Amino acid sequence: MKRIFKPLEIVGKTLIAFITEFGCISMLLYNSLRLMFIPPFEFRMIFAQMYEVGTKSFPVVFITAIFSGMVLALQTLTGFKFIAQVGAQSLVGTVVALSITRELAPVLTGLIVAGRAGAAMAAELGTMKVSEEIDALETLATNPIKYLIIPRLIAGVVMLPTLTILADFVGILGGFFVSVYIFDASSVGYWNRTWDYLEIKDITDGLIKACFFGASISIVSCYKGFYTTGGAKGVGQATTGAVVLSSMAILVSDYFISVILAS
Amino acid sequence: MITLTDLYKAFGTKRVLQGATLQIEQGESMVIIGGSGSGKSVLIKHIIGLLAPDSGSVKVEGQEVTTLKEKELYKMRRKFGMLFQNAALFDSLKVWENVAFTLLRQKKTSLVKARETATEKLRLVGLKDIEDLMPSELSGGMRKRVGLARAIAHNPEFILYDEPTTGLDPIMADVINELIIELKQKLKVTSVTITHDMVSAYKIADRIAMLYKGKIIGIGTPEEIKNTSNPVIKQFITGNAIGPITAEGA
Repeated sequence: MKRIFKPLEIVGKTLIAFITEFGCISMLLYNSLRLMFIPPFEFRMIFAQMYEVGTKSFPVVFITAIFSGMVLALQTLTGFKFIAQVGAQSLVGTVVALSITRELAPVLTGLIVAGRAGAAMAAELGTMKVSEEIDALETLATNPIKYLIIPRLIAGVVMLPTLTILADFVGILGGFFVSVYIFDASSVGYWNRTWDYLEIKDITDGLIKACFFGASISIVSCYKGFYTTGGAKGVGQATTGAVVLSSMAILVSDYFISVILAS
Repeated sequence: MITLTDLYKAFGTKRVLQGATLQIEQGESMVIIGGSGSGKSVLIKHIIGLLAPDSGSVKVEGQEVTTLKEKELYKMRRKFGMLFQNAALFDSLKVWENVAFTLLRQKKTSLVKARETATEKLRLVGLKDIEDLMPSELSGGMRKRVGLARAIAHNPEFILYDEPTTGLDPIMADVINELIIELKQKLKVTSVTITHDMVSAYKIADRIAMLYKGKIIGIGTPEEIKNTSNPVIKQFITGNAIGPITAEGA
C-alpha cells in the first residue's frame, strides 16, 4: 500500500509547497503595495536600487539586444533564402522590429535582470537575514518591507521597461546593420519596412510585459532573500531559487500576458 | 517593567518555549542563562515583538505587546535598544550612519547633528575616529561596541543584549561587561542579557534566571544562584558534562 501512496504523497507535498510559496509571495506583494503610498518614502534607497537594477544592467542588455537583432536578421535571411533571391532583404526589417519589440526585448531583458539584479537582491537580503540585520532594522523601528523591499519593487517596475525601450532600439539597429551592410538590403527600404508594420501597440505591449516582469523579479527575489534560513548554504539556495523562479515566472507569464494583450 | 507570562512557542514540531514566565523589574539587570539552543534568543525576541508567541502574554510597562498593531509596535520598539550576537551592523552603511540610523530616518535631526550624536555615542563605548570606516573594516570587539552605540543612540529605556561576550577574547569580553554596567549606571536603563558566559553573568547581573526545557527553572541574585541546590542549575554554572543536562537534550 505504501508503494502506491508514495508517488501521490510526493505530488501532494510538491503541490502544497508550490501553493504555499505562491501565497506567501502574494502576501508580500500585497503588504508592499499597501505600504508603498504611506510616508516616509525611501527616495535614497529607491534611486540606489534603480542604479543597481537599471544602470548596471545596461551594458549586458545592450550586448544581448544588439546581437539578438543581428542574429535574427542573419537567420531570417539565410533561413528564408527566397527573400534574398527576390531581392526583398528589406522585409527583414519587419521581422526584426516585431520580434524584438513584442517578444525578445522584454523577455531577454527580463532574464538578464533576473540573473543579475534578482540574484543580487536575494543574496543581499538573504545575507542580511542570516546575519540578523533584518531583525536589527525591526528593533530600530524600521519596517524592512518599506526600507528594503518597496525600493527594489519600484526599481524593477520602472527600470525594466526603460531597459526594454533601449533594447528595442538597439536590437532593431543590430538587425539593420546585418541586413544593410552584410546582405545588401537598401537602408531606406529597411527603415520603411520597419515602420510599415510596427505599431505603437507592439511597443507598449512589450513595455507592459516588462513592467510585469520587473515586478515579478523583484518580489520573487526579495521573498527568497527575506525568508532565507540556514547560513551561507541558505543564502546560496535563496539566490539560485530566486533566479530559477523569476525566470520561470517570466517565461510562463509571457505566454499568458501575450494571450491577454492579443485579445 | 517587563512581564512574560506562560509563553509557549513552537517551530513546526520543535517546542522551544513551554510555559516560560519571568518578571523583570524597572532598572534591574536581568541575565537569562541556558544552554545553546535552549530558546534564550527566542525568549528575548518575544519581548520586542520580533516573534509572536503561540500562547501567553508579554507586557512592557503594562502594555500587552502580542496584540499591538504594527504602528504601535514600532512605537513601542523605540523604547528598546538591542545588541545582536554578531552586532548585525548594516554592511552597506558607514559606522556613523549605522549608529545614527534611527536619527537619520526620523529626519528631525540635521546631518551634522546626527553625526555629532553618533560621535558622542561612540565615545561612550570607548571608540573614536572610526566614524567613516565601513563595518567590514572593524574587529569583532569593535563591531560589538558599534552595535552597542547604535542600540543606545535613541536613548532607550530598555536594552536587550544577545550574547554580548560570545566570540570575544576574555579581555574584550570584560570591556563589554564594564560597558554594560556603566551604561546601566549612567543611563538608568533596564537590561535583559542572554548569555552562557557565567563570568559575565555574575558580573553584570542583579538577578539571574535559568531557562531549561522551555521554562524558567530558577531565579535569584548571583549569590543565590551560586549556592543553589537545584541540580540542573548547579551543573550548568559549574560547566559539568555529567548531570541531569545531557548533550542530546541541550
